[in-house]
Amino acid sequence: MIWLNQVIQGVLLGGYYALIACGLSFMFGVMRVINLAHGDLGILAAFLVWAIVEHSGMSPFLALAIVLPLMGALGWLMQRAMLERSLRAGVLVPLLTTFGLAIVIQNLLFEQFGADTRSLAPAIGDLAFDSWSLGSQIYIGKLAGLIFAVAVVLLGGLQLFLARTGLGRAIRAVAEDPDTAELVGVDSRTVYAAAAAIAVMTVAVGGTFLGMRATFAPYAGPAQLIFAFEAVVIGGIGSMWGTLAGGVALGIAQNLGAQIAPNGFLIAGHAVFLAVLGARVAAGERGLRALFGRAA
Amino acid sequence: MSARAALAIRRWTPLSVAAVGTLAALAAALAFGPLFLDANALDRLTTLFIYVLLATMWNALAGYGGLVSVGQQAFFGIGAYAAIRLSSFGVGVYPALLLGGACAAALAYALSGFALRLRGGEFAIGMWVLAELLHLLVNLDRLIQGETGTSLIALNAFSPEHRRDYNYWLALASMGALVALVFALLRGRLGASVQAIRDNEEAAASLGVRVLATKRILFVVAGAGCGLAGTLYLATSISFQPATYFGVQWTAYMIFMALVGGLGTFEGPILGAIVFFLMESFFGATGIWYLVGLGATAVAFALYLPRGLWGTLEERFGLKLLPVGYRVAGAEGDGPARGRT
Repeated sequence: MIWLNQVIQGVLLGGYYALIACGLSFMFGVMRVINLAHGDLGILAAFLVWAIVEHSGMSPFLALAIVLPLMGALGWLMQRAMLERSLRAGVLVPLLTTFGLAIVIQNLLFEQFGADTRSLAPAIGDLAFDSWSLGSQIYIGKLAGLIFAVAVVLLGGLQLFLARTGLGRAIRAVAEDPDTAELVGVDSRTVYAAAAAIAVMTVAVGGTFLGMRATFAPYAGPAQLIFAFEAVVIGGIGSMWGTLAGGVALGIAQNLGAQIAPNGFLIAGHAVFLAVLGARVAAGERGLRALFGRAA
Repeated sequence: MSARAALAIRRWTPLSVAAVGTLAALAAALAFGPLFLDANALDRLTTLFIYVLLATMWNALAGYGGLVSVGQQAFFGIGAYAAIRLSSFGVGVYPALLLGGACAAALAYALSGFALRLRGGEFAIGMWVLAELLHLLVNLDRLIQGETGTSLIALNAFSPEHRRDYNYWLALASMGALVALVFALLRGRLGASVQAIRDNEEAAASLGVRVLATKRILFVVAGAGCGLAGTLYLATSISFQPATYFGVQWTAYMIFMALVGGLGTFEGPILGAIVFFLMESFFGATGIWYLVGLGATAVAFALYLPRGLWGTLEERFGLKLLPVGYRVAGAEGDGPARGRT
């Protein structure tokens, strides 16, 4: 029974991983950039929400609604001011610039908010610990359930957005071939900036939920980036739903690992990630596949 | 205009011969450092040697091999850990420090078949995860006591004065040997092959470059260098806390030094290490703003001066102090013709 419980909790944890991973996967699919500041942007959003809640006492959900457009604007700005230029310089420079950006964000957060770990849990009342019971030994936290539902809605929404809307079509076209897309009148610079804004907004949602379900601190970003990347790679950058599957696999592995040994949580997650990556390398698949190669 | 026939391919110029000679003389003079330098200067120079070593290793990987690793701290940490473990088994402390570097090289060899098949960002973060995993596994060792860490107690057998001299010599020798090794490797066949791989892996393979074997040599040498840097850092600080040694900040420092000095130039990272060392000396006390400055400087260089300080000087003046490439020189007017580094 305890193992079944760990699997169920792992699935729910996977919802959180899918939330922080989908933006990373999306950005790689469109711009072929792995944003090493991705996790830090999520933590930045969590701190912004926390600061608003702290000063005004409003609900974190309402605060998130204020922070989201800010984070979208930040993503747009990041693309136009930094990534656009570094993309032209080849595949290595975007890694270096986003790594530098990550260090700047972490230390500015530390400068502003100090080393204390924060949490949004006190601000959401009963939701932080309420649960539904399934039988006598299995409980499903309401917050964990909510996070999973948000992940499903967000991933489904992104999928629909890409499939049905004009901007979605433009994004797919630019991801396929920016030069040809320009020929038919798509402004690829604007499309890239919009994609970056969307990616940063999704990780802002992820960071805020991290704040509700646990604690966060200025240097918590890299760990979130690693979890997000692991979810993306385990699921395979093939579709949005692959990211959810990858997050769930990672969550289950970590929870089972924790059940075996106290420090098994992280070790099992990393081991599953490396095993999947190793298997893919052995199978001869070259690099990460494009997001839209199969999904579109 | 019959200059065409008089073109010559050259590697050495009088300037670069003089530069290599000066550097060799400087290294020889530095070997006598403990005779005329005070304790503080010796400690500072030891740190600088570690930085030069790290910067050169990261540049060899990324600047020449196109392998951006965010996980070189894996070797830094494993080198130090191996030295502690070997010392606990009764190996003499200084041999243990050297063997720590060898263990890091062995680890790099073991990982290479997997890691070097990853590409771009996948390699970058894959290495990072490997470093995290190794950190967690080292924590499991009872000797290390988790994040509490331990110390290289055996070093207490030497008086602080002797230790300082030995550490200094060990750092100087390690830096000298590995920088010279990378210099020799890059000037040989490996240099041309590895840069061909960096620029286009498929094209290089089609010309008969053995891609994996070539990258592996560079990866193992960089593993050995970073491992030695870790053991040297252990020798100077004595205490071993896993989180310090396996921290991603080491990679941040390496990226900073290589980028600011000039990625893909041989001289650049050495200059970058000196810049980093000076910045740390002057601004390190400002703490957080210093780190913000490091990150922002790295971003600025990556965007606006991607060839770094040295690469820019080199381009403008056709300077080549430590030539690993060739230059085309016309018979009339030995102008600053450029070849690729």
